[in-house]
Amino acid sequence: MSNAASTSSDYSQFRQTFFAESAEMLADMESKLERLTAHGLDREELDAVFRCVHSIKAGAGMFNYARLVDFAHGFEALLDRMRDGRMQIDTTVANLIIRAADVLSELVSAAQSERAVPTDVGVAVSEELSHLLSLGLSTSGLESGSDGPETPPLRRVEIRFSPRPGLLRHANEPLLVIRELGGLGEMTTVCDTSRLPGLETIDVEETYFAWTFELTTEASDSTIGEVFEFVADDAEISLTTLETFSSEPDDMAEDEAFGLWLEPSEVPSATVEVSATQLDAGSQPLHPLAPMPTKSASLSSIRVDLFRVDRLVNMVGELVISQAMLRQELSQLTHKTIDGLEALDTLTRDLQDCVMAIRMQPVRSVFARMPRLVREVASKLGKHVRLTMIGEQTELDKTVIEELADPLTHMIRNSVDHGIEMPDTRLAKGKSAEGSITLSAAHVGSNILIHLEDDGAGLNRERLYNKAVEKGVIAEGTKLSDEEIVDLIFAPGFSTAAFVSDVSGRGVGMDVVRRNIMKIGGRIQVSSVEGKGTRFTLIIPLTLAVLDGMLISVGAEKYILPLTSIIESFRPLPSQIRVLAGGGRVAHIRGDYVRLIALNRLFDVDSAIDDPTKGLIVLTETADGTRIGIVVDELIGQQQVVIKSLQQNYTPVLGISGATILGDGNVALILDIEQLGEIKEQNA
Amino acid sequence: MAKRVLAVDDSKTMRDMVNFTLKNAGYEVIEAEDGLKALALAKAQSVDVILTDINMPNMDGISLVKELRAQPQYRSTPILILTTEGGDDKKAAGRAAGATGWIVKPFSPDKLIAVINKVCP
Repeated sequence: MSNAASTSSDYSQFRQTFFAESAEMLADMESKLERLTAHGLDREELDAVFRCVHSIKAGAGMFNYARLVDFAHGFEALLDRMRDGRMQIDTTVANLIIRAADVLSELVSAAQSERAVPTDVGVAVSEELSHLLSLGLSTSGLESGSDGPETPPLRRVEIRFSPRPGLLRHANEPLLVIRELGGLGEMTTVCDTSRLPGLETIDVEETYFAWTFELTTEASDSTIGEVFEFVADDAEISLTTLETFSSEPDDMAEDEAFGLWLEPSEVPSATVEVSATQLDAGSQPLHPLAPMPTKSASLSSIRVDLFRVDRLVNMVGELVISQAMLRQELSQLTHKTIDGLEALDTLTRDLQDCVMAIRMQPVRSVFARMPRLVREVASKLGKHVRLTMIGEQTELDKTVIEELADPLTHMIRNSVDHGIEMPDTRLAKGKSAEGSITLSAAHVGSNILIHLEDDGAGLNRERLYNKAVEKGVIAEGTKLSDEEIVDLIFAPGFSTAAFVSDVSGRGVGMDVVRRNIMKIGGRIQVSSVEGKGTRFTLIIPLTLAVLDGMLISVGAEKYILPLTSIIESFRPLPSQIRVLAGGGRVAHIRGDYVRLIALNRLFDVDSAIDDPTKGLIVLTETADGTRIGIVVDELIGQQQVVIKSLQQNYTPVLGISGATILGDGNVALILDIEQLGEIKEQNA
Repeated sequence: MAKRVLAVDDSKTMRDMVNFTLKNAGYEVIEAEDGLKALALAKAQSVDVILTDINMPNMDGISLVKELRAQPQYRSTPILILTTEGGDDKKAAGRAAGATGWIVKPFSPDKLIAVINKVCP
């Protein structure tokens, strides 16, 4: 009998599938449980939640995650009782279910990261579960294996086996049973054919034979029983030990994973066979509770290795480029050729769109975590908050979605913590006691817009300004526009004492949020009316694989500047340029001095324009709001480019985030404004 | 010719494991993620052994067994149900529906192969 260890090692390669699947199921369950408190669950939803817990339990069993199995078992039992109506949902049960789902999710992630879970995790919930079910759930897990004596004594047994018709109806085959039994040792077989009728009255679905075997074997009763396990109900079986060749005690250990339908001694008269007969009548209805297929769109998906998708995306990118190259080369040819090329152009672009779409996922996976977050934070603070989510089906690149989770979590925490007021404060202001937060997502062009809006206290300009002065973010007396004051919340080091509470804590400020959003090529804006609420807008590119860029030239070289970081471009007057002591230059723009970075100096480009008054300055802004001016020869035009990693194919270069291949086949480097902003004057 | 096993389970992990194990044991394995799809597959091509989970969306394992037994070509095809520990009522339901036998999850590869061999004609 194979033991648990071999199970886990043989199937360990499926662990990743299990965790990916579990994560999907848990997210799905979470979104269903979200509605539990509000409207309860309908049958279909309850079934889905049950299946999730059940599948996790079954999978966890395969990998020997004993605690997970054990916990899931109790949870499953509760859900099962709800399914068959033995238990009604009230607030206690609903709360328990939600907490149980949390514990389950924690145990799954603990198992995945192979870290030990503190022993007290889930104990309270387990106890409540078993109390509610009034059954003792063991806390030991799967330890009840069969470690019986290894070698039972050699003996000679007599086995009688007399099948009934039900055996054939259950598609069991006596021959296979006899063959298997013969595998246990040396066997003589005697067949009793006395019940066989004449050929004319024979019924092919009737059983007429009975057998008596004499088997010399070391197999225990339970091992022999296993041979008959599927037919025990459909046959008369008896086992007698005729002779034992060794004095060792018989091994009666039960194999729990493999019992008999019923013990041979207590075979009842054919009670279960009736239904098989009913079956033959063909009148068996579908399971009355089996939900019919409705809108299970999520089921018709496949799981593809991200690496393959990336390769596909990359190859289509190459295709687009070669196609553009061809087009350029052949542009002098006939109209017919050009028509053909244009058709190819359209097709290539469609293909590119399709391939990009493979990487797209609904933002639901991130949004789904938010209701729980809001509920937890609100209840911790004693606030009432209603979260409305719109546009969860909006699709976004998988990588972007993952990068979105942290900033969004932080922002929502902030909104509940600092935005929404305490119920009595709200009532005093003439608002409803329950605060409202709206999270919405929508496509706009090649971006996705995410709005996070609350009807809370809004931002107090005076307090923001004073805090900023106090923290040294701005000098006292600095004149700021209203917009600039509100933007102070994104300034590094601004996290005020009030911003580091127990809930929003961790010392992470909105500057980190902004930086994370910038990292995925996005922007964040805020608008707020004091007393009315605050609205954050995230503008996120749909994908990280392509970039909207501005093609610029410096000497013979071409570079791409990310469009999102460009503010404006202009040709400065000589009076605007100052040269600093170290050789660096600044430009005086509307009262501010902006550091200039000359790409020709930085990257050693020959024959480029070095004097900004003869070329252009492209004014850019980094994530933390620092402005730098890039000195270039000229702007060539706006262009969508496919990003190629320089790091992967060459080596990281300071100030360069990647490369792309232009329509003419030349390579253009993509500038990294964040890094350029950090480069000190010496080279620039 | 290799015997064809139809593995029915809504869990991809479980299907992957069954598929891997039985393929290595020389079986051909086809998969379905719920009862309805399994039924359609079984009608479209001949299957030698069916191994089905019980809890599945759209059509559960018990209903699948009943539906299959109502098909003339599957009256005497071995059908095994996958149950979890302590699922005695499920076993009884499976049997009443006409299932040939059962396998308890968790199972080891050896056990799975042994049980399939046991019923495979």
